[in-house]
Amino acid sequence: MMQATVAETFAKLWTLDKEVLAIAWLSLRVSISAVVLGSAIGIPAGAVVAITTFPGRNGVTAVLNAFMGLPAVVVGLVVYLLLSRSGPLGTLGLLFTPTAMIFAQTILVTPLIAALTRQMIEDADRELGEQLRSMRLSVGQRARTLVVDARFSLVVAVLAAFGRAVSEVGAVLVVGGNIDGHTRTMTTAISLETQKGDLPLALSLGLVLMALVIVVNALASLLRSYAMRTYG
Amino acid sequence: MTAVLPITVRDLSFRPGGRIVLDRLDATITSAGITALIGPNGAGKSVTLRIIDGLLQPDDGTIRFGNRLPQDVRRALVFQRPGLLRASIARNVALALVPWKLSRQAIAERVDQALVAVGLAHRADEAARRLSGGEQQRLALARAWVTEPELLLLDEPTASLDPGATEEIERLIVRMARNGTKVVLVSHNLGQVARLAEDIIVISRGQAVEHGPARRILSAPRSAEAQAYIKGELPWIAFSETRTACSQP
Amino acid sequence: MDRLFRNAHRVLTTLGLLLLAVSPSSAQAQRAITVASTTSTEQSGLFKHLLPKFTGSTGIEVKVVALGTGQALDIGRRGDADVVFVHDKEAEEKFVADGFGVKRHEVMYNDFVVVGPKSDPAGVAGKDIQAGLRRIAAVKAPFVSRGDRSGTHAAELRFWRDAGLNLAAIKGDWYKEIGQGMGPALNTASAASAYLLSDRGTWLVFKNRADLAILVEGDERMFNQYGVMLVNPARHPHVKAADGQRFVDWLVSGEGQKTIAEYRVNGEQLFFPNAGAAERL
Repeated sequence: MMQATVAETFAKLWTLDKEVLAIAWLSLRVSISAVVLGSAIGIPAGAVVAITTFPGRNGVTAVLNAFMGLPAVVVGLVVYLLLSRSGPLGTLGLLFTPTAMIFAQTILVTPLIAALTRQMIEDADRELGEQLRSMRLSVGQRARTLVVDARFSLVVAVLAAFGRAVSEVGAVLVVGGNIDGHTRTMTTAISLETQKGDLPLALSLGLVLMALVIVVNALASLLRSYAMRTYG
Repeated sequence: MTAVLPITVRDLSFRPGGRIVLDRLDATITSAGITALIGPNGAGKSVTLRIIDGLLQPDDGTIRFGNRLPQDVRRALVFQRPGLLRASIARNVALALVPWKLSRQAIAERVDQALVAVGLAHRADEAARRLSGGEQQRLALARAWVTEPELLLLDEPTASLDPGATEEIERLIVRMARNGTKVVLVSHNLGQVARLAEDIIVISRGQAVEHGPARRILSAPRSAEAQAYIKGELPWIAFSETRTACSQP
Repeated sequence: MDRLFRNAHRVLTTLGLLLLAVSPSSAQAQRAITVASTTSTEQSGLFKHLLPKFTGSTGIEVKVVALGTGQALDIGRRGDADVVFVHDKEAEEKFVADGFGVKRHEVMYNDFVVVGPKSDPAGVAGKDIQAGLRRIAAVKAPFVSRGDRSGTHAAELRFWRDAGLNLAAIKGDWYKEIGQGMGPALNTASAASAYLLSDRGTWLVFKNRADLAILVEGDERMFNQYGVMLVNPARHPHVKAADGQRFVDWLVSGEGQKTIAEYRVNGEQLFFPNAGAAERL
């Protein structure tokens, strides 16, 4: 039975089954969008928290670190309640759409990116902070300089956030509804197909997902070694 | 250069976390040449330098430059090792111009001039972090050069360099002093101080205990602290001619 | 490379906007309705057969959110779906009575079966659900329950009660409540060689059977009635009432009923259309 399953799985992958491709593309689209938005918010926020002092800074740092591990289902539930027609943002009519999924995953990854950024920029500030302050750079200029200088570490953080987003199922399932042809991602499809006992499809999706995560991690380490080689 | 003189330090106190680092420090710098701050570790030399630069704020006391307010004085601070970006030499020098908001063209021109002055122009696109210690300090001086400072402050700039590199850096410092920049130098290297300084301030336990012409301080220090320090550092040196950094104004 | 990173924020924003723009759905160019239904219905494959016919006839796309019956009704109450299509008559009638649904229409029925290990250690095989359950309780044979507020779960609880058994009193380690859908329940039963009440549809498409087989079927009490309701636009004005009603009407129409009857799994008919004669036009 196992052999037949494996054979069918590879057949599906080999022929680039249209359904598999569409599902994979949706996963990518949703998670990449979420990570892009999350970075646009999280990186500047994390950088500024890293280099400034203000009352309650320790609290903010603790909260960011705690939210790094937000359970995806909880985020999904909260966003669902927000976007439901009976909820505060109901008039937007966004529930059960890819946009809602992007929204939920953005909430999921932004604290992660901000917390990692804060840590990395704090380390960078320890090394370069005095030099930058002595050159009279403003807070914004310092933040930007440190972020650009730490770019390789930050990209690794962003890739980690992507890995988290593309592998999660709790949030996208609840706010997307796993609608065939519309909001079915790799993870929700895997859970559905496993439930149905259709293991070849679940497995082929699982392999695609794993391959993606592996590629992303390989990219991260390639980036690291490029940085070391080029800039010392 | 005279635009910053005299540098008047009055009653300077610095007490981070309750610890007394500077204790009502008084000093008046009138010399146009290179002024050296010397003293044992922990005396407060680096802190004084940073307060003069404006990088640190004192808890008490004032600093005046002539009759000008500190924020109007263009100052540059050079550390023992520069903080370097993961980028080219040129980019690292250009960093000093970020607050100036110049056009890309203007920045490129100034950076080029500064790199020529320190002898790194032909390597402008190389990775800065791969430079040797001496080359990195030349980059640091290029950073200072590019902002056309009225006051150049250096905190043990050659402490990690070999004698050859030290000589190069000293030559550049002297050159900037000759161009009209007032230089204040913190150094443990009394040979260097002997070579470069016109006047010396001896700092001990947060206070300026002695201030006078370099030659006199090094050969015949008056205060007990100065004597202890200099004897300890220089039991054997034969004092040689001071190279005067600046001719008459 | 350097300049790329320095302009990174510009690159990122452009990428981000591109990706969101490329999204085909979201800004619905086509008419579409949202139908809340159950996992067992979707997993039976009925929608893949049924919906293209409807869309072909009317040009209205149908997006199915498949959950447990309880959740599907909840979505209807919140106004997040236009139509609710489930199989729990009591709950559906309450839905309409509470003002969340317009009218309940009967559509079709399928049936439940009891599956279990081929060796049938509890000796339940036959046509009588109540007798079968009594025998399972007597020998405390392992039994898997969905335990998830679904229509199937509600039916299961009814069967125990009607068999004269007080589940709360006799429950033990042999009775496993997993709080999940039909698929996971079948997976669990197959792994544990346990008995289980399943809808025929999910069973027919379930591929991971191990040594499970149908043991009790054909008891009229196990027929599972489906009902469809339009979510009340008076309660939720944004509901796509016209298009939703077209779906409801189509399901009970001659064409819809015929399409339902034509659906086969492994050559077997799964759903039996039974919309009221007054409905069929």
